Amino acid sequence: MSQAGMTVESGSVRGRVMRARVTSFLQRQGALVALILVAVFAAARYERFLTEENLTNVLRQNSMLGLVALGMTFVILTGGIDLSVGSLVAVAGVVAAGLAGRGLLVALVAGVGVATALGLVNGAVIAKARIQPFIVTLAMMIAARGLALVYTQEKTVSVPVAAQAFRELGRGKVDAGPLSIPYPVLVLLAAYAAAWLVLNYTRFGRHTYSLGDSEEAAHLMGLNVGRVTLGVYTLSGALAGLAGVLLASRLGTGQPVAAVGWELDAIAAVVVGGTLLTGGQGGVGSTLVGLLLLALIFNIFNLEGWISPWWQLVLRGVILLAVVIVQNRLSKR
Amino acid sequence: MSNEPLLRMEGIRKLFSGVVALDGVDAAVERGEVHALVGENGAGKSTLIKIMTGAYRRDGGRVLLEGREVNFRSPEDAQAEGVVAVYQEVNLLAYRTVAENIFLGREPRRFGLIDWKKMNSDAGAILKRLGLDIDPRAPLGSLNIALRQMVAIARGVSFGAKVVVLDEPTSSLTEHEVSILYDVIRRLKAEGVGVVYISHRFDELYTICDRVTVLRDGKFVATRPLAGLEKIDLVCLMLGKRREELQRQGATAFGEHHAAAEKKETAPLMRAENLTRGRKLDHVTVEAGRGEIVGMAGLLGSGRTETARAIFGADAVDEGRVYLESKPLNLHSPGDAIDAGLAFLTEDRKAEGIIPELSVRENLTLAALPEMSKMGVVSRARQNEVVESYMRRLGIKASSAEQKIRELSGGNQQKVLLARWLCKHPKFLILDEPTRGIDIGAKGEIQSLINELAASGLGVLMISSELEELVEGSSRVVVMRDGRCVAELRGAEISQDKIIRAMAEGSAAGEPGAAGASI
Repeated sequence: MSQAGMTVESGSVRGRVMRARVTSFLQRQGALVALILVAVFAAARYERFLTEENLTNVLRQNSMLGLVALGMTFVILTGGIDLSVGSLVAVAGVVAAGLAGRGLLVALVAGVGVATALGLVNGAVIAKARIQPFIVTLAMMIAARGLALVYTQEKTVSVPVAAQAFRELGRGKVDAGPLSIPYPVLVLLAAYAAAWLVLNYTRFGRHTYSLGDSEEAAHLMGLNVGRVTLGVYTLSGALAGLAGVLLASRLGTGQPVAAVGWELDAIAAVVVGGTLLTGGQGGVGSTLVGLLLLALIFNIFNLEGWISPWWQLVLRGVILLAVVIVQNRLSKR
Repeated sequence: MSNEPLLRMEGIRKLFSGVVALDGVDAAVERGEVHALVGENGAGKSTLIKIMTGAYRRDGGRVLLEGREVNFRSPEDAQAEGVVAVYQEVNLLAYRTVAENIFLGREPRRFGLIDWKKMNSDAGAILKRLGLDIDPRAPLGSLNIALRQMVAIARGVSFGAKVVVLDEPTSSLTEHEVSILYDVIRRLKAEGVGVVYISHRFDELYTICDRVTVLRDGKFVATRPLAGLEKIDLVCLMLGKRREELQRQGATAFGEHHAAAEKKETAPLMRAENLTRGRKLDHVTVEAGRGEIVGMAGLLGSGRTETARAIFGADAVDEGRVYLESKPLNLHSPGDAIDAGLAFLTEDRKAEGIIPELSVRENLTLAALPEMSKMGVVSRARQNEVVESYMRRLGIKASSAEQKIRELSGGNQQKVLLARWLCKHPKFLILDEPTRGIDIGAKGEIQSLINELAASGLGVLMISSELEELVEGSSRVVVMRDGRCVAELRGAEISQDKIIRAMAEGSAAGEPGAAGASI
């Protein structure tokens, strides 16, 4: 490095570029390899695994969490964290369920709108008051849960039977040739595709990465750090809202105590996928892989049948840790 | 209008919570000029360039860009007007590609989406214009620090920069990389860009810069063309000395040459041999005997503190050995150095020394706690005894041993830190600017204390920017320049004039007027 000539220098640069690419690929591949192994194992062991019914179920059950994890991906890419998403799902759910009688559009807009506004509050406080995201979103997690309970007076809000369109959103499917895809899965796929485009091909997306890379440098390079921060927390709120509306529609009720702990499941999916908690690296694809990996493991527990829910929790914790350790090793190669 | 410089700063004033950091500073950069900005610690160079590039707001004065008064509110603002800073610590994004780093915030778009192809080819064109062979698609983190710096400059150029500020651009570059930087600077110059260049290295200033502005203690001293300016005059400007005044004596409390100076010893107490670390230290050899105070002189960035840190094991060296009482020291950790009997009073009391919220007693005994404890429990009685004895011996003025150290004056804080080391019964003491920021009276007390310690048999290496202190306190003075020991003066040879000459020209013997712009 010290006395190398310019041409030699750029030659070794190319080597390093290759290595950097391989490393970042391996980081994603770590989760992908695990996903493939788990899928092969499941396919070999359970006849029911590869049926359309089972796979569709897995996807539908995880589509709401998937939306939350997608918002969390943006937040974590900036090096932040959003603990309020579980509570925002609940708020959006009860608001949407309460308004379901006035039509799908009203319920959808109101549910997503409320969660978006609360996400905006998160972002505004973090960006303007410069308080750590952990604290701000923790406060919002508590307060928003309270809001949901106040709004419903601690009761479950039922969706009127007459609100057919609203119920259809979470339960219906669209027939595409031989497959029939549930609406929530469709929404999930569309959201991931859109997010991929945003992250890779818009300034907001690239700046999201830049913030997690080094907020100080991004600031000195003239980036409006506050605006990007505001953007990611608002987006996270909006996606949590969308998840809440889908959940209320699927369950036919809005429950103030819904989605407790989802923020942690979402963080787990993002991290297992290979996005670094410090931000700057990772992406939509990683989160999708992480989400599916955790979903398949859960699915295997169900197919296995004999493992008690408590042991499932223990195993999920162990597996989460194992995946992250393996990834850490891979990324250090 | 036509003879209006590219960028002119006039009567710049800046306060930090009431303390004047800059007062009445003037500076101007012409088109196609490389303008050096120099000054010792606290001169205000960083503050000035931060005002120039919008990172700080000024409290007074005017900034004119092409004759028009400007008021930058942020670095973003300054960038948009064509004034760009490339900082010492390169502020770029390691995981993003080179092209993204160059275009961050101004990514070219088509139909609202980022046009990667255009971004990469535009970035490639800019890099090529600067004569750089860097793949725009490479993640920045895969480049070495020199190339990252070039990317930072390329980013500046891509803004259509009129003024580029380089803050110590060579501090982490190798010789070869420095020459790449020079090429880039020459290209900028040819395009009519004004370059502000901050560096401590005289050879660089004389190689690449056209004019120099000297600051001292937040004040403007002079702007001179470098051609024809003798190095010794430049050093005099930086230090605030008049050449004819260099013989002055009697300003410190060291008194006349102390007795130990005359003693000759066969084996030195401490000998550091051929210390080498990157471009910062180049085969530095220093030795000191028992009871001797060896002064170390040099401008900011000349390698004085680096030498001290290397001896103490705080920075790993590429090469070199340190002997204490003829036994080689392990240069890997300060812990080993301390165990062997070295003590190092650092230059930055606040950041590296005192723990402000703890008492005098706690600060004083911090390093010696193991010796005062039994099975992990500190003996309070033993502690009080030691603290009292040192407070008396060093004349530490505090209401009691329990007073918080932050309430003490700078001089008394320094004494507590000195006592902290003395508790460990060191054999050799390294003092980095022991009297900086201390009022005159306390300064004298510390100086006589150093003298007493030496008289009691300790060896002392004293780094100082105060020439009087060096001349009167040391039995020998080593002068550093650009990471090398360039002169060693003893006894009657020691004079401010000789020290300054060595700092400027690399040897104490230079004829007045002989060197200078001859580079």
